[in-house]
Amino acid sequence: MIKLLENLDRRWIFLAMALCVSVPILVIGLTGVTFPETPTPLAEAFFAEVDRAGEAKGRRANVLIALDYDPASAGELSPMSASLVNQCSQRGHRMYFISLWPVGPQMIDDSIEKVIKRYYPHLVYGEDYVNLGFKAGNEQVIKVMGIDLTTEFRTDVEGTTLSKIPMMEGITSLEDFDLIAEISAGYPGSKEWVLYAATQYDIPLVSGMTGVQAPQNYPYYPTQLKGLLGAIKGAAEYEFIVNEYIRRSRLEELLVASGLDPAVAGPLADEPAQIPAWTTSAAAASMTPEAKADLIDAATGATPGEFLEGQRRMGPQLFAHLLMVLLIILGNVIFFAQRRRGGSA
Amino acid sequence: MSSSASEPMTSAQRAIWAIVCLAIVLIVVARSFVGHGMGRVYVEPKPMDFVAEVTTSPENASETSSSWKQLSTVEFDAYVSANGYEDTISWVEYDEVPPRAYFAQEAAGGGSIILSWPRTIGLWLAAFFTLAIFSFLYRDNPFYKFAESVVVGVSAGYWMVVGFWDTIVPNLLQRLAPAFSKDYLTPGMELPPGGFDTTNLVFLIPLVLGFMLIGRLLPKCGWLSLWPLAFIVGTMAGLRMVGYIESDILSQTKETVIPLYVQGENTSSTFMMIWSTIWASLAQVLLVIGVLACLVYFFFSVEHKGAVGKTARVGIWYLMITFGAAFGFTVMGRIALLAARVEFLFDDWMWLIDPMQQREFVTASVGLLF
Repeated sequence: MIKLLENLDRRWIFLAMALCVSVPILVIGLTGVTFPETPTPLAEAFFAEVDRAGEAKGRRANVLIALDYDPASAGELSPMSASLVNQCSQRGHRMYFISLWPVGPQMIDDSIEKVIKRYYPHLVYGEDYVNLGFKAGNEQVIKVMGIDLTTEFRTDVEGTTLSKIPMMEGITSLEDFDLIAEISAGYPGSKEWVLYAATQYDIPLVSGMTGVQAPQNYPYYPTQLKGLLGAIKGAAEYEFIVNEYIRRSRLEELLVASGLDPAVAGPLADEPAQIPAWTTSAAAASMTPEAKADLIDAATGATPGEFLEGQRRMGPQLFAHLLMVLLIILGNVIFFAQRRRGGSA
Repeated sequence: MSSSASEPMTSAQRAIWAIVCLAIVLIVVARSFVGHGMGRVYVEPKPMDFVAEVTTSPENASETSSSWKQLSTVEFDAYVSANGYEDTISWVEYDEVPPRAYFAQEAAGGGSIILSWPRTIGLWLAAFFTLAIFSFLYRDNPFYKFAESVVVGVSAGYWMVVGFWDTIVPNLLQRLAPAFSKDYLTPGMELPPGGFDTTNLVFLIPLVLGFMLIGRLLPKCGWLSLWPLAFIVGTMAGLRMVGYIESDILSQTKETVIPLYVQGENTSSTFMMIWSTIWASLAQVLLVIGVLACLVYFFFSVEHKGAVGKTARVGIWYLMITFGAAFGFTVMGRIALLAARVEFLFDDWMWLIDPMQQREFVTASVGLLF
């Protein structure tokens, strides 16, 4: 057996890995069932920071969303972007999209198309969100934005002068933003935003990043980075929190719209599973059948697939990691077996 | 696991791999003929019709400005029948729609949604290049080489275009020659209100430095590039030094000077309170020990013997745990990327799964069962 393992063609390992990734994707894709997520304090801090942005100033928050990644990392990072835009849209924040990566504008377009245009069509470009596009210059761009944003960004991605965009009024530098939310795949990315924005101007910064970057950025949490999402696990946790928040917010909106006291609607919205039974109670007698159907749909309906990407990808993660652990154990067994035989290790 | 992919394979191995590849090909071919097939992109044409609209300034009747006003198809047809096509501009935008919208339209007897050949070909090319890159795992082959060359070529071309339009045009030409830029490059830009700003002449310096950098391409003028390189290195060093001192040295040092005892969560259970206090304090202690031990490990002016050696050993353990965590995160990241590509193949291309509810779930399931 040891002899067989010693001479095992590495392509069998590739095939095993392909199966470990493919089969869960097929099963999850067909059944729609994902593994349960338990959010860690890092993901909760990320969510909380986005949620409370602008609260101290008592107005809609100005959130600078920097999508510094390209399609090569989209598998890991686009679930974070989708959930971030989803949360900001639901929360009513103003979103200012930028990218320090040349292919970043496509990632911005993707997020806008996938989330804002599909699920928040009432949001108006120029009033609720704006795409400032890509700027070359890496960390120098951040540095200049800290002093005068209009030096770097004179127009939006469509070429419209910033003075003609209503939501740009009063935005002159990084300090006019209540929060910087950054999704990073490398350089320039979270490190540069920490160095030249969060530390120098003391602006709250949250960042989602690839797994490769995460260990280097942990020391910045919780002072220089207020929230951190590491790799697909962080994305899945954050996605879970945001989906729960969206469901709760929509339920509360529907309950209040149906005439329920907000003090009663809030606790009820916290328990979506109780909603179908509640609609049959006397308290819901005044609701129309359509309103009840909408309420039940909001409480028990499936979350759109766009907002489950991260959680779906945790299935293949589990089996691929189990394979990796098995391979590491086997590798060690072979190593010690060879050493005992006196062969070269 | 010593045999490498470049070593010759036995006939048994070759046969097994041939069966695996044949099975994949058969699944793809079979999938193409089941249900609604696979790998197609549908779009809905959306006419965009505009007419020029001239507005007169309320303050000064001689001041006019023109803009484009978008009209609906009915309004546009009425306008054209009355005024002709002069002062109009039209084009068609194609919005991608989920295939289920096309299937519903076909069931209802027709509509405006059509198959997009360019996007469908793009989808199949994406699938081909994905598989071509994966094929390297089997062994180096012409498909992989072709895909690799295309990636390199496209990336180089893309960078050149981006460099010109996002750096040279806005940062240089728009400042040094605004009228020229507006006329020939970026018609949407606004000319400076007071005419050419002479302070922008400072941008001649980067222009000259840029040309000097190109001197590297000429054997006798290579030395010219040293000046701009020195400028780049100098400014970057200065910029980064300030950033790193403030962020990585001062702030991180401050974060390490922490109380070793931390009061845990104030809960009703005394046991939980003590437990959380122990954990919170232990985390602080471990943090301080880790920082000091790692610093000692990298302090080579003293021989690592005795207490110093033991502390350095603890530092090594911390470093090893850090590398392990980094490796674990890297594996997680890479698997996520692989999962995304496999999802693309199964969902967008083969229509085996439908997590975005773009098609009909039953069709996808039947396809898989087949």
